[in-house]
Amino acid sequence: MKNMIEIRIHGRGGQGAKTAAQFIVESAITDGKHIQAFPEYGPERTGAPMKTYARISDNIIKTHEAVAEPDIVMVIDPTLLDVADVSEGMTKSGILIVNSTETPEKIKQKTGCPGKVYTIDATGISIDLLGTNMPNMPILGALSNVCPDVKLDVLTKSVRDKFLNKIGEEKTKANIEAMERAHRELKG
Amino acid sequence: MMVTKKMYPMTGAQAIAEAMRQINPDVVAAYPITPQTPIIENFAKFVADGRVDTEYIRVESEHSAMSATVGAAAAGGRAMTATASAGLALMWEIVYVAASMRLPIIMPIANRALSGPINIHCDHSDTMGTRDSGWIQIYSETAQEAYENMFLALKLAENKNVQLPAMVCLDGFITSHGVENVEIYDDKTMKDFAGEYKPIDPLLDVDNPITYGPLQLQDYYFETKRQQVDAMKNAKKVFLEAGKELSKITGNDYGYFEKYMMDDAEAVIVVMNSTAGNVKSVVDEMRKDGKKVGLLKLRLFRPFPYEEVAEALHKIPVVGVFDRAESFGACPPLYGEIRNALFDSEKKPKMQSFVFGLGGRDIFSHQIENVFETLLEGETSGETKYIGCRGC
Repeated sequence: MKNMIEIRIHGRGGQGAKTAAQFIVESAITDGKHIQAFPEYGPERTGAPMKTYARISDNIIKTHEAVAEPDIVMVIDPTLLDVADVSEGMTKSGILIVNSTETPEKIKQKTGCPGKVYTIDATGISIDLLGTNMPNMPILGALSNVCPDVKLDVLTKSVRDKFLNKIGEEKTKANIEAMERAHRELKG
Repeated sequence: MMVTKKMYPMTGAQAIAEAMRQINPDVVAAYPITPQTPIIENFAKFVADGRVDTEYIRVESEHSAMSATVGAAAAGGRAMTATASAGLALMWEIVYVAASMRLPIIMPIANRALSGPINIHCDHSDTMGTRDSGWIQIYSETAQEAYENMFLALKLAENKNVQLPAMVCLDGFITSHGVENVEIYDDKTMKDFAGEYKPIDPLLDVDNPITYGPLQLQDYYFETKRQQVDAMKNAKKVFLEAGKELSKITGNDYGYFEKYMMDDAEAVIVVMNSTAGNVKSVVDEMRKDGKKVGLLKLRLFRPFPYEEVAEALHKIPVVGVFDRAESFGACPPLYGEIRNALFDSEKKPKMQSFVFGLGGRDIFSHQIENVFETLLEGETSGETKYIGCRGC
């Protein structure tokens, strides 16, 4: 079963968890991979805890079930650590990436995550470079540091293709810089 | 013929809208309802951007959506709409009218539960409710299949020996909103396949006047209904012909159903739409352990391919039928048909009915595996079993 990478993203409604999953699979499909991305379909309310999922595989992905045993978990909003079991279904070989100013050791202790824990101050980077709290783009940059199927250069190209017409050159560049910085500054 | 295609990450709703863009219908009248909304949203964008020259009619309800679509189709236009759940329920009256007027309307349905209790998630209660309405029903496992089934439905519905409306069903949210790999074939090829629409007996052909929708009481109603029966019989034949034609472009097979690892199977699950994929992945895993399990994924539910289903299943020792809809006080709909199909077979499988996933309840691999294990042990009963339901 595991010639497939399964990713779960925890966020709050409006924080771009769905967009993040979309970017992940768009990056992978450019490499000729088979992909899936879907949210956990519930009532979608701004600020409410929500999950999205992504799958990447060399083979056709047949199943449509929710991801129960993720290889990678990303937490976009650090306050979710108090309300959601973010390490649910994770094993020793799993990877947890949390948007946090804390150390990976402290997050590992707090979550009881059996796998490898990384942290990145995605909120800090976002406020610094974008002037707003949109941590979903930087955390994708962080993901590209640990997941070979998600490549930084492909991500930044997607951002350019998608954002340039909508938000202009300056803000597009800032988003790309935020991704690159998070890629470099990932702790773990 | 030079066919090119390009792979995109796309939702089922986007894929359906792409098919509609390539078909470029004369009229689309639609009203938004979750989880169908992104289909008509994406298509509305194509209209606004001038990428199609469709007349897009914004209506005040689904009853009006189907009424306007019927009017446009009777006038001689290629007409489409889309809906789900309560939207289909509100169309009800005119859904039957479309079939009796023999209008080849194409309607994608993002399958969703019916109220109550109110629920926006996937099951097949909506289209199962319309199974006797006289519409063709084609079901889709993936976004790719939903895209291709739109063209299959078009060719079938518009055939002069068929002239019936068709629903293209895909699982609400799971397929309509899930992003998957979708290959879109080039515009020229698909536009050529769709071809120019030549309506039979259009209302606006004033040189050849015709009446649509007259009052038919004891005198002619019965004959009209009888002709619908014949049209459905023809649809079963034409389905395979349309599939062969589409196959020249896609290379894919469009049988009444897909047989997956069935040749030596000792236990088979029958299911429609996205869950067929879940079952395939379980079959793959169990086959690695030497367990002889398989899947029959039904594509065409109306007209129902009784003889072919019987031929495919009669030698299988045990069959489990998965319904994502309930028929209160009776057999679940798919189970009833499969059981009926096998009545005249001398050899027939032991059978078990399962209902799953109502209101969007998840179904996991381990549950499907458990079902296969019980089927392999020959465990069947006359009672329906409920997968993942509390107190069952």
